[in-house]
Amino acid sequence: MLILRKFARDIPALIGLIIVVFAVIVAVIGPWIAPHPGDIVAAHLLQRLKPPSAAFPFGTDNLGRDMFSRVILGTRGALEVALAVVTIAAAIGVPLGLIAGYTTGWLSEAIMRVTDVFLSLPQLVLALALAQLLTPSLETAMLALALTYWPFFTRLVFAETRRLRSSLFVDALQGIGAGTARIVFAHILPNAISPVIVRATIGLGFTILVAAVLGFLGVGATPPQPDWGLTISESRNYLPDAWWYATFPGLAILVAVLGFNLLGDGLRDLVDPRLRRSR
Amino acid sequence: MLRFVLRRMLSAIPSLFGLMIVTFLLIRIVPADPAAALAGDNATPQQIADIRHQYGFDRPVGEQLLLYIGQVLRFNFGESQYSHRPVGLDIRQRLPATLELTFAALLIAIVFGIPLGVIAGVHHNRWPDFALRLFSITGIAVAAFWFAIMLQLLFSMQLDWLPLRGRSASGMVLPPEVTGSLLVDSLIAGRFDAFWDALRHLVLPAVTLSWGALATITRFTRAGVLETMQKDFVLYERAVGYPRWRLIWIYVLRNSVIAAVTQIGLLFGALIAGAVVVESIFDWPGIGNYTVQAILTADYKVMLAVTLLIGVIYTLVNILTDLVHGLLDPRLWEQL
Repeated sequence: MLILRKFARDIPALIGLIIVVFAVIVAVIGPWIAPHPGDIVAAHLLQRLKPPSAAFPFGTDNLGRDMFSRVILGTRGALEVALAVVTIAAAIGVPLGLIAGYTTGWLSEAIMRVTDVFLSLPQLVLALALAQLLTPSLETAMLALALTYWPFFTRLVFAETRRLRSSLFVDALQGIGAGTARIVFAHILPNAISPVIVRATIGLGFTILVAAVLGFLGVGATPPQPDWGLTISESRNYLPDAWWYATFPGLAILVAVLGFNLLGDGLRDLVDPRLRRSR
Repeated sequence: MLRFVLRRMLSAIPSLFGLMIVTFLLIRIVPADPAAALAGDNATPQQIADIRHQYGFDRPVGEQLLLYIGQVLRFNFGESQYSHRPVGLDIRQRLPATLELTFAALLIAIVFGIPLGVIAGVHHNRWPDFALRLFSITGIAVAAFWFAIMLQLLFSMQLDWLPLRGRSASGMVLPPEVTGSLLVDSLIAGRFDAFWDALRHLVLPAVTLSWGALATITRFTRAGVLETMQKDFVLYERAVGYPRWRLIWIYVLRNSVIAAVTQIGLLFGALIAGAVVVESIFDWPGIGNYTVQAILTADYKVMLAVTLLIGVIYTLVNILTDLVHGLLDPRLWEQL
């Protein structure tokens, strides 16, 4: 497989893949590998705010809970949110992009106008507002993120569909009398899917970041969940003494996001060699 | 040229109306019962009903929307239920702080990003290039709020070099307001103590905010330099022995920064969004901080006004970018 060999030579992309696989494994088996899996809710006040040591590699938090375990246990939530948000956003955005791209007329115009408005607002601000208005919890944060992320997919699929619509194979399909639904879903969609996959991969990393901001500002996960953003926010009262309390969840976010970004960049090079890595 | 400018500006009007309608629908209609959210958890049904009536939530949606558009066109954004002051006034007082922060961040990103990009491009696939690529890719992956806390931890709490939060030291007599930028105003008033104080307060938030933009500018400049280095004129100048230093930092640079410069427009929008988080961490008295406060206290009118404001800034910056682009490339005049 030429394509696999090409991917294997792309060292940054391989590092990204390794990080992503590692993160998924940690997310799945987290409760079994965390040294103190009960530390989601447990409190051990005698060992609160202990610096990193052999027993607690990442130190302990204000309730004496093992930070190493909580960072591990937080992985699942972060990945779940990212996956759910990107899946819902793609499920809304891709069909809308196909419709707007393949048809012309008021519906197409309306879809793209709304998309442009969404894209002219920072996703973070919209998501923050929505998450707060829908009473803050992890589920509403997810919903708010998905409702503000779909336009990225719509714009992408719209452009691809417009390009493909005038291509020869679509003309041929129309000529033999293929129905619109068949042309769009069986023929245009498979041809437009690679940039969507690239976008979704990078979107996973991006969503981890934005979801962490929501958690940090208090409109996402609620205590005692081991959410990375929420933990950093809780740690602020104990700085500068408990530096480890803020540092390790942030590093976890950094590594996870880096993994998805590197993988996404690599996939993009693979899918479309004309696009340079630097873009 | 004039036609290009006019047409580009007119094309923004429907976008601005769309912006108004969408933000309105999202913020007022999406939550099942906005009045209940406003009233808080312990409100009686009567209180909720009062609020519903007072805000006009009991009227038809279309009527509410028309009323809202009418108010916005008259620059009437209502009153903040938190500060009990007109939202327009609050915004006007806070906007200069945000602009100062944003421009400082943009300046840092440009002043450092372009040279770093050139260095990376010139040393393509050698260690400075690898180091800078690693730096720029982590710059995009790092969570700004965490990075801010790390900077505070190191430079304010441990080393005690820079202030932890705010825009000026408490007890500092501020210079008379002329431009709204504390740095410029204190220079105008000849108050170097106030200037130094403002600068010290600006460093950490501006550096935090600039991080992502710095990474982006570095990446784009690097790509531009790599492309320009392949051009025939570079080969020629190198062949005739033109001084390498001058060749790179004048001729290659001039031909490489165009892509990076067009990014600046987009970056400005991203910086305004980033300011929301950065300001709330550093307690910077600007629009971003105001936005977070409004959202956390469900202060409707402020929420509507600031989302609209940010959307308008985005749209205006986009127009400006297109215009600058048009100035650089007259072929674009015919399009649109």
